[in-house]
Amino acid sequence: MRWSRPVSIGASVPLAACSPIQSALAPRGPEAEDIAVLTWVLVAGAAGILFIVMIALGLALWGGPRSRAILAHVNAVRIGGIAFPLVTLTILLTYGLWLTRSHSAAGEQPALRIEVTGEQWWWRIGYLRADGTRVAEANEIRIPTGRQVEFVLTSGDVIHSFWVPSLGGKLDMIPGRTNRLTLMAQRPGIYRGQCAEYCGGPHALMALEVVAMPPEDFAVWLDAASAPRPEPSDATMRKGRDLFLASGCGACHAVRGTSSGTVGPDLSRVGGRRFLAAALLANDEAGLARFISNGQALKPGNQMPPFRIFSQPELAALAAYLASLK
Amino acid sequence: MTRPDDVALEGASYPNPLPRPEGEFERLARAWELPKGWRIVTAVNNTVIGYFYVATAFLFFLLAGILALLIRLQLAVPGNAFLSQETYNQIFTMHGTVMMFLFAVPAVEAAGVLLLPQMLGARDLPFPRLGAFAFWAYLVGGLVFFSTLFFGVAPSGGWFMYPPLTGARFSPDVGADWWLLGIGFIEISAIAGAIEIIVGVLRTRAPGMTLARMPIFAWTMLVFAGMIVFAFPAVILATILLELERAFDWPFFIAERGGDPLLWQHLFWFFGHPEVYIIFLPAAGMVSMIVPTMAGVPLVGYRLIVIALIAIGFLSFGLWVHHMFTTGIPPLSLGFFSAASMMVAVPSGIQVFAWIATIAAGRLKVTAASLFVLGFLVIFTIGGLTGVMVALVPFDRQVHDTYFIVAHLHYVLFGGMVFPLFAAFYYWVPAFSRRPLSEAWGRWVFALLFAGFNIAFLPMHVTGLIGMPRRVYTYPGGIGWDGLNLVSTAGAFLVAAGVLIFLIDLARNLRPVETGRAGDIWRAGTLEWLPNHNFAARSVPRVTSREPLWEQPGLARDVEAGRYYLPGSATGARETIVTSAIEAEPQYLMRLTGPGWAHVLAAVLTAAFFLLLTVKLVTPAVICGLLAIVAIMAWMWESDPPATKPVDIGGGITLPTYLSGPLSHSWWAMIVLMLVAAALYLSFVFAYLYLWTVGPQHWPPVAPGPTSGGLWASILLLCLSAATLLTACRAMAGAGPAGRGSALMIAVGPLLLGAAVGLDPWSHWQAGLRPEINGHAALVYANALLQTQVTAAVVVMAGFAVARLAVGRLDRRRRVVFDNLALLWGYALAQAALGLVLTHGFPRLVG
Repeated sequence: MRWSRPVSIGASVPLAACSPIQSALAPRGPEAEDIAVLTWVLVAGAAGILFIVMIALGLALWGGPRSRAILAHVNAVRIGGIAFPLVTLTILLTYGLWLTRSHSAAGEQPALRIEVTGEQWWWRIGYLRADGTRVAEANEIRIPTGRQVEFVLTSGDVIHSFWVPSLGGKLDMIPGRTNRLTLMAQRPGIYRGQCAEYCGGPHALMALEVVAMPPEDFAVWLDAASAPRPEPSDATMRKGRDLFLASGCGACHAVRGTSSGTVGPDLSRVGGRRFLAAALLANDEAGLARFISNGQALKPGNQMPPFRIFSQPELAALAAYLASLK
Repeated sequence: MTRPDDVALEGASYPNPLPRPEGEFERLARAWELPKGWRIVTAVNNTVIGYFYVATAFLFFLLAGILALLIRLQLAVPGNAFLSQETYNQIFTMHGTVMMFLFAVPAVEAAGVLLLPQMLGARDLPFPRLGAFAFWAYLVGGLVFFSTLFFGVAPSGGWFMYPPLTGARFSPDVGADWWLLGIGFIEISAIAGAIEIIVGVLRTRAPGMTLARMPIFAWTMLVFAGMIVFAFPAVILATILLELERAFDWPFFIAERGGDPLLWQHLFWFFGHPEVYIIFLPAAGMVSMIVPTMAGVPLVGYRLIVIALIAIGFLSFGLWVHHMFTTGIPPLSLGFFSAASMMVAVPSGIQVFAWIATIAAGRLKVTAASLFVLGFLVIFTIGGLTGVMVALVPFDRQVHDTYFIVAHLHYVLFGGMVFPLFAAFYYWVPAFSRRPLSEAWGRWVFALLFAGFNIAFLPMHVTGLIGMPRRVYTYPGGIGWDGLNLVSTAGAFLVAAGVLIFLIDLARNLRPVETGRAGDIWRAGTLEWLPNHNFAARSVPRVTSREPLWEQPGLARDVEAGRYYLPGSATGARETIVTSAIEAEPQYLMRLTGPGWAHVLAAVLTAAFFLLLTVKLVTPAVICGLLAIVAIMAWMWESDPPATKPVDIGGGITLPTYLSGPLSHSWWAMIVLMLVAAALYLSFVFAYLYLWTVGPQHWPPVAPGPTSGGLWASILLLCLSAATLLTACRAMAGAGPAGRGSALMIAVGPLLLGAAVGLDPWSHWQAGLRPEINGHAALVYANALLQTQVTAAVVVMAGFAVARLAVGRLDRRRRVVFDNLALLWGYALAQAALGLVLTHGFPRLVG
């Protein structure tokens, strides 16, 4: 049995230890808040009912003759087993249906529409701008705070499920179907999400982050995203860019203005993301180099073959180039 | 057939006088003698098969439990590399699959096989060889299926096997095929068991044991088997369709070609949710047997419980969609299924309060069995409450597919099924073993299981709520999941320690014996506590209450002395009394088959057929399949013995030894089998209509399809076959030997049906329709396949009937073989006609 050192996944989540960045109990949006309230109501109710049943059981075992006589009557079964659940369940159901309605009611027009496509094992993201253009991204979603954001959920291969607990409930991404989920983040922050429908292989390593930022910052960021990538500023990065093109990276990965592959994640702003490989690896030049040369060890089964063709300086140049794409 | 006089019994006059004739008991014992030595594998007695069955189910519980420990080891710490990703995925898939299909369902079926005959006052179940066949098929299929893990080719798509992940494109390996063919095959074995249990419970109860006097466990087994009949066909259809898609590229679940991945989910959960109750109900039935005994009073609310059981049976088919709340289903149907999911809490509540009431009515003896029942009450109540929570759609959208659900389902299944099963072991072992299990050790086992279970699974509710999804082989540290996971792992090993102690105790004390059993040490009230042999009780009592042993003092002694019905073997063969379904009045004496090789061979060969097919060894598979049919024919050849003179079973009751038509037990079995077939075909009709709603553009606009000539020819052939069936029925009416005309009609009629069923796909093919092109075309050919399946059975049965006619084993009186053929033939005609209406009429209707 091998109790190996923890591999790198998430080991470097830079927030304080045990911070609830992926918790239904740490709601940061209206829907998640409603559900968290519901959760506590349910937990309290369930604890109360459990308490009543246990008291009844205790009395049946050790109670006095009078209480036992009451419990032993078939009317106790009718009251405890039929009347009581019917009343509580009716109340609960009404509450639940009301919440479902309020969540699914398409009230206001969403301020922003973002396409998210589940892929084995990463997230393809497209921001639909008001002018009809689409900005491609991957694995990290930025949203403006205080705005309704509609996520248009589809799948590119198998069934996945889009779930950011701090913002709301999950919704599946199913081939041949389009599901729509509207969420809102109240405060700026980083909310982790994870694929919630088993999608084979490294399903465990298919996470994402939603970065909520003030609307004006978001607008600036999105505008910058639409522009072509600037020319590499120094020789190393130029060498990296040339390697990127010469080695065929661009056949799968798009860098706006440079390459246009669509098989793998869009890398136009890869350097600006906090993590690599669907919230798996800390995003730095070392991480980039590791994934390029030996991605299969980090995320077994992923579509990208290991590129061991590069010398150490070449790998460094390529990583430097990618890291510069912010 | 004369009716007994109940009043006569009260005056202490018994059906049969003492002393019993010399040698009567010995003749009875000889008829039921077990094969010796290694020939025990040919045995069919429900006790022997019951032991094998229980032991095998428990073996799979241990194996899947070891997989659970591996899972917990891997998840003990974040980023662990103890198991590789692929190994982990195989292990969690196998853990779920083995626990559900190879442990839970067979375990309760095994309990039914072992306990029901004694409990009902029957000598054995009505189809001993079918029961043995089901067991051997399960054993061989299950062991081969499990061993795929050791070769690294086990399925890894999850026990729920959602396509497209499990389709050929994303799972090209053989693992998914092992699941589809292996599990599909084991489901067939479960259905065989269910048919036997239904007929057994309804038709082989002791005289006087009306439905209202039947032990609750028998009620639960009846509902259990009924649910299997309607639920399992849905998943069998799903596995057939997915295997067809994988093997031949028929796109039932491929969205680009008019299939839909959600079709699988509907079919799977239409089975999968009832499955939970299929597992739970018999366990609840065990609790309903143990509580009255330990409290020393009859069950409070018997009628309410029976109503609750039946209600659960129906309701559980109306809430499958609650497994699909996050698939984007419209809010209206979400509301309906949410309400239905909550409703099912009511019948469960009735049972919980009825048990509490029974405990209050008496004084609970604190035994190991009682402790497990009390533990069950606590854990199951919690599981039920979290079940209500997840029935609320908004809440479910957060916790679906997280560790909260893992916690919930284990509270329901481990709490609701495994705890009662342990209670059942402690409770019923003395009925079969020389010594009971150790009460002192039992307390330790209970303490470890109860503490370990809660330590393992209570924290998982939180783990899920704070964001940990299910089915992940690893997780990152630093987001709050580490500590809880470590605690869960520790709890799992406490459970393992408890199970280990239990195993040692089994080894020390479990000694199943023919004579000298520990017996009724709890002073229970039901018939399985009568002195038992491998033919159950010496004589079959007349039952006048729900707790005969409490109400009829001296019953055990009188039964053993042979004072009641059928104290010996009236015909020299194995026999049991067949009674009416509701009032349990004796109708005839059924002769049962004894040990044999044919059914064992048939089971092994059937298993070989499916397993060889999985590894694509088609020719050997087909050979095994044909040999299996031969073996089944050989086994069935012995059945349906000719009538003898009516026999006296005592108390002035004289019974015929042969009945045909609706009074015959085999007629009932055939009806249940037809219900299974109908459920399978209705699942297909659902699939057809469902795919149409998803992709109507793939349905041919005005159905130019096959030339209507082919269609009319099919209709004509069906009509001819139906006319032949009617003529054959007329020819078989009356008395005397059946003539050549009957043989001719029996031989030709099914072939006409076969021609009709074969012509339909042929004309589609001629019209250029290919199954690969889209979901509609694939369904058209799937229809042809399902029709062929039933028709082939009719043709084989017809050949069998003709052979028996030829040698005089089938005539106008000894006619059960013909009756069964006629029933299935009629069913096949109806299904073929419905198929034509569906695949030809529907496109024209909507086109």
